[in-house]
Amino acid sequence: MSKVRVLAGTRKGAFILTSDGKRDNWKVDGPHFAGWEIYHMKGSSADPNRIYASQTSSWFGQVIQRSDDGGATWNPVGNKFAYEGDAGTHQWYDGTPHPWEFKRAWHLEPSLTDPDTIYAGVEDAALFRSTDGGQNWQELPGLRKHGSGPHWQPGAGGMCLHTILLDPSDAKRMYIAISAAGAFRTDDGGETWKPINQGLRSEFIPDPTAEVGHCVHHIAMHPTRPGTLFMQKHWDVMRSDNAGDHWTEVSGNLPTDFGFVIDVHAHQPETIYVVPIKSDGEHFPPDGKLRVYRSRSGGNEWEPLSKGLPQENCYVNVLRDAMAVDSLDKCGIYFGTTGGQVYVSPDEGESWKPIVRDLPAVLSVEVQTLP
Amino acid sequence: MTIRILLPPHLRLLAKIKGEVTVETEAATQRSVLDALEEQYPMLCGTIRDHFTKERRPFLRFFACEQDLSHESIDSPLPKPVAEGKEPLLVIGAVAGG
Repeated sequence: MSKVRVLAGTRKGAFILTSDGKRDNWKVDGPHFAGWEIYHMKGSSADPNRIYASQTSSWFGQVIQRSDDGGATWNPVGNKFAYEGDAGTHQWYDGTPHPWEFKRAWHLEPSLTDPDTIYAGVEDAALFRSTDGGQNWQELPGLRKHGSGPHWQPGAGGMCLHTILLDPSDAKRMYIAISAAGAFRTDDGGETWKPINQGLRSEFIPDPTAEVGHCVHHIAMHPTRPGTLFMQKHWDVMRSDNAGDHWTEVSGNLPTDFGFVIDVHAHQPETIYVVPIKSDGEHFPPDGKLRVYRSRSGGNEWEPLSKGLPQENCYVNVLRDAMAVDSLDKCGIYFGTTGGQVYVSPDEGESWKPIVRDLPAVLSVEVQTLP
Repeated sequence: MTIRILLPPHLRLLAKIKGEVTVETEAATQRSVLDALEEQYPMLCGTIRDHFTKERRPFLRFFACEQDLSHESIDSPLPKPVAEGKEPLLVIGAVAGG
């Protein structure tokens, strides 16, 4: 019978949650790296026993951990992230130039085919790659040195590169997103990049339709339709059907279109999930009711999913990398909250239950579907 | 000479160290002690001082013999009791939230 392994990164360590394919009884293993912030963990689809973790601390800096046995044991690998050449400046919150400074790795994205190749999205925004299992990291400087780089500025969480999507049909195509610069695409393996923000509208920047400056929170893609992208922006849920060349708003009947996460059903490329959050000033669900919203039409028409989720006095947030889907039939949906709950729906969102209730604030959730 | 070092719990966890650690150095200075520590425990590189500038990370301090050595030159001699192995060099994480 298939199994699932959920990788939960939290403010104070990593937790590994495992279950059989019924997703009913769970074993909780952790904390790993107790006391450290685990921004993200992700397993290699080429070798599911290979898992990478971004371990970070304002005191002690960045560590990258690697497991070769499915998370049972871990070893630190390389943590030297050097910007290529002259680091240059980006805009600070007050609009003045500010030097690029490495702070932490927000997102790790293993190659789809090689367990030793992995990409890291970091703050201050840049993309790094390792081809030796995380021992050594090299920047892909074409992104940061895109002409718009000096105009990028941080969002409230810092100027982070938080989303990396690899196109399974084209090894040279990749999408990334930066708060608050926007989305970018490369078609040549990371040498050159193109801003893909046409159609986005952000009222809080001087030019609401600027080429860069948008606070993109997350982007999701279904592997069978890599040209179709779904975006949760600061405000607005968007979709693109031409690899990001143009975006259309699909917020539709959502109670609020602010939020952080977005994900796509494993078997239905037009079924997508978001967790609406009240506003940028109030990072909690509207009316104290935690509800996932699902669209079966790729946006615009949304239905609330609340069975098993708290429907009163709930004021948690769900951060941008804290939702994932498994590839079982029926598709399982997972998300973690800043209140320390990790929820699972083993039936495509119809019903939910907490796997754990009292972890530290959850920063990220990924899931591996295992044979 | 043998220098004793006490690391904060997060770094002991990272380096899989229990209690104090000792390093052998030619000179009892911050630089030589940290060089020896990082050679012995490479996973600590970048966690106490910056990889590139070698400057102490801002939220860490160095104490010994009830003195704050954080702003001493990295090439200044450490206090004699540290050099003689009678007292440890303390690497302290700032109490600053978290």
